[in-house]
Amino acid sequence: MTQVPDSRHMTATTATRVLGTVALVAVVLMGLLGLVVSPADVVQGQAVRMLYLHVPSIWIAYGAFVLTSFSSALFLFRSRHRHDGGRHHDRLAGSAAEVGVVFAGVTLVTGMLWGRVTWGTYWQWDARLTTTVLLFVTYLGYLALRRLPADPVIRGRRAAVMALISFVNVPIVHFSVDWWRTLHQKASLSVGRRPEITGEMYWTLLYSTLAVTIVASWLIVHRYRVIRLEELRDEEALEALIASRLREDDVQA
Amino acid sequence: MLREALLVARKDLRVEWRSKVTIGHVAPLALLVLVVFAFAFDANAGLLEFGAGGLYWVAVLFGGTLLIQRAFDVETEDGNFDAFRMSAIGAPSLFLGKSLGVFIQVVFLELILGPGVVLLYNVRIDDWILLLASALGGTLAFSVCGVLCGVMAAGLRVRATLLPLLLVPVLAPVLLAGSRAFETAFGVRAEAGWTWASLMFVIAAVHTAVGVRAFGFLLEEG
Amino acid sequence: MSSVVDFHNVVAVAGGFPVLAGLDIEIAKGEIVQLRGSNGAGKTSFLRVCAGLIPISDGDANVLGFDLRDDRRSPRRYIGLLGHDNHLYTDLWVREHMEFRAAATGAEAGDADAALRRLGVTDRLWSVPIERLSAGQRRRVAIASMLVGRPQLWLLDEPHAALDHEGRELLDEILLDAASSGATVVFASHERDLSKSIASRVVTLRGGRLSEDSGVA
Repeated sequence: MTQVPDSRHMTATTATRVLGTVALVAVVLMGLLGLVVSPADVVQGQAVRMLYLHVPSIWIAYGAFVLTSFSSALFLFRSRHRHDGGRHHDRLAGSAAEVGVVFAGVTLVTGMLWGRVTWGTYWQWDARLTTTVLLFVTYLGYLALRRLPADPVIRGRRAAVMALISFVNVPIVHFSVDWWRTLHQKASLSVGRRPEITGEMYWTLLYSTLAVTIVASWLIVHRYRVIRLEELRDEEALEALIASRLREDDVQA
Repeated sequence: MLREALLVARKDLRVEWRSKVTIGHVAPLALLVLVVFAFAFDANAGLLEFGAGGLYWVAVLFGGTLLIQRAFDVETEDGNFDAFRMSAIGAPSLFLGKSLGVFIQVVFLELILGPGVVLLYNVRIDDWILLLASALGGTLAFSVCGVLCGVMAAGLRVRATLLPLLLVPVLAPVLLAGSRAFETAFGVRAEAGWTWASLMFVIAAVHTAVGVRAFGFLLEEG
Repeated sequence: MSSVVDFHNVVAVAGGFPVLAGLDIEIAKGEIVQLRGSNGAGKTSFLRVCAGLIPISDGDANVLGFDLRDDRRSPRRYIGLLGHDNHLYTDLWVREHMEFRAAATGAEAGDADAALRRLGVTDRLWSVPIERLSAGQRRRVAIASMLVGRPQLWLLDEPHAALDHEGRELLDEILLDAASSGATVVFASHERDLSKSIASRVVTLRGGRLSEDSGVA
């Protein structure tokens, strides 16, 4: 992941070429399975197919968040002995967050569409959707921090602390929202019960999760490399600036 | 460390006393927000009474965010935090002192908002102890989370917009818990008020621990 | 090692720009050093790097025995930094501001009063809110804030600006006293005349590096 590819091939290496091809094939297969091969649900009809994208997206949205948080922790606490000062962890945290925010968005959109078709409303105040909205905004805040102009290490540390605060906070959010909605719905029938997933649907769902994970991994690797290239470009620009400062000094001396 | 924190808090409160921003600007503004909610809900007494718990905390969020901005703007005239960073006082004490200062200012705000809600929305208070306990827990949580997010946004040109963006997701559980606890105390809802109140104290404790550890880090400049 | 500031080939980057580009300098205890150089030469940056506010990206830098690559926060409690801004709590009265600064550095309230008097800020002004003071008076309060902390290393950026003639003489006295009691003073100043009166050494920066050094007197 950290190897710097030559500029002719942009951010691709053999490994990611293979990964990308696999991802592409996996997605096509996922489309086939999800849209054609697997059966419609008894209760929900064709709408259940939305789940094949919705559920894996949730998995990635939260999984990427965990990855960002772990990388942030490693960046803060295990950087000392690395020759690059832990920047690898910082880059990984940033890449994972960008992919995570996209999939959080996909989760929300697919959730809303599915809800519209199944329950007639775009939104339900259930624990999953509500927590995902807050996760989405948390991501936005984290990414906003990463974009601030600052020394990269300091900016990375600040973002890492935010990631860790959020890592503590998101479970608290989930717990409170879940409990809130449970209390609220004690009296009423459970609205928006997810359909029973068995047989072919189950396997399709499992496979879709795998396919989406492969796509997400490919995206993270490439985003990581783009960040690395941006850093290299900034480093070279800085060295050029330093060199020119030294030169101007000598010329005038 | 405690002595230094008290020093910082006293200084902040003295600045507030001289400038009268909380009393003069923020409290009236927050009260106005309560009035505006009535416009939004078409003065529907039933709705307002039912929603009073939540509306109170939204008003606290609004006013409190301004107070947190101010707590950091006080340290600088133009975004230059050199003096704050150079302080002989250690970062953990700075964090605790700032949080304490904000806490007391938000308490003042709530002393005005509380009666405001009771009078304007015609709520009755069934459980005083729960009310005060949850107000305390919520304000503690608000203060430490606020200072933690505030320092990350401090001094930046975009601080006025970045602060709420960082703060609100972190405060979401507090807002949720505070609203439910208050509703229970107002007799509008009969569930688990004390659990919600305890949650706020837990959140406050966790973020205090994080803040004490991380404030020094976060003060570093870009 | 009695050098208070020891820089070897230091490169420091702020805002993507190398504000120091290979600076070598050694300053011993008790020296009074004047920094000269045109705008953008790195005077302010050098002061801020010494204060540990800007990180080092290359080279070795030691201040007061602390290696700035490992720990740039610890030296700050022994350093006094006076920038272009005064860093005053403008809502507070003079006295209240000074009391806070004194207490923060572990000094007594009496030290705060003494510092104010030393700077010629009369008792009459002590109950005045800082925002009502003139620029010159504010500068004096700012210097008094620094004085009360008794720093081992004084870093001042254009300290004589905004001061009248009397104020400048006062400041010079204070700096000389500080140096003779063992502190080290580094100040950036454009003014030529002053260097003749108190600085034991004049250093010129250009392009983020040392250009001329009059050496230890």
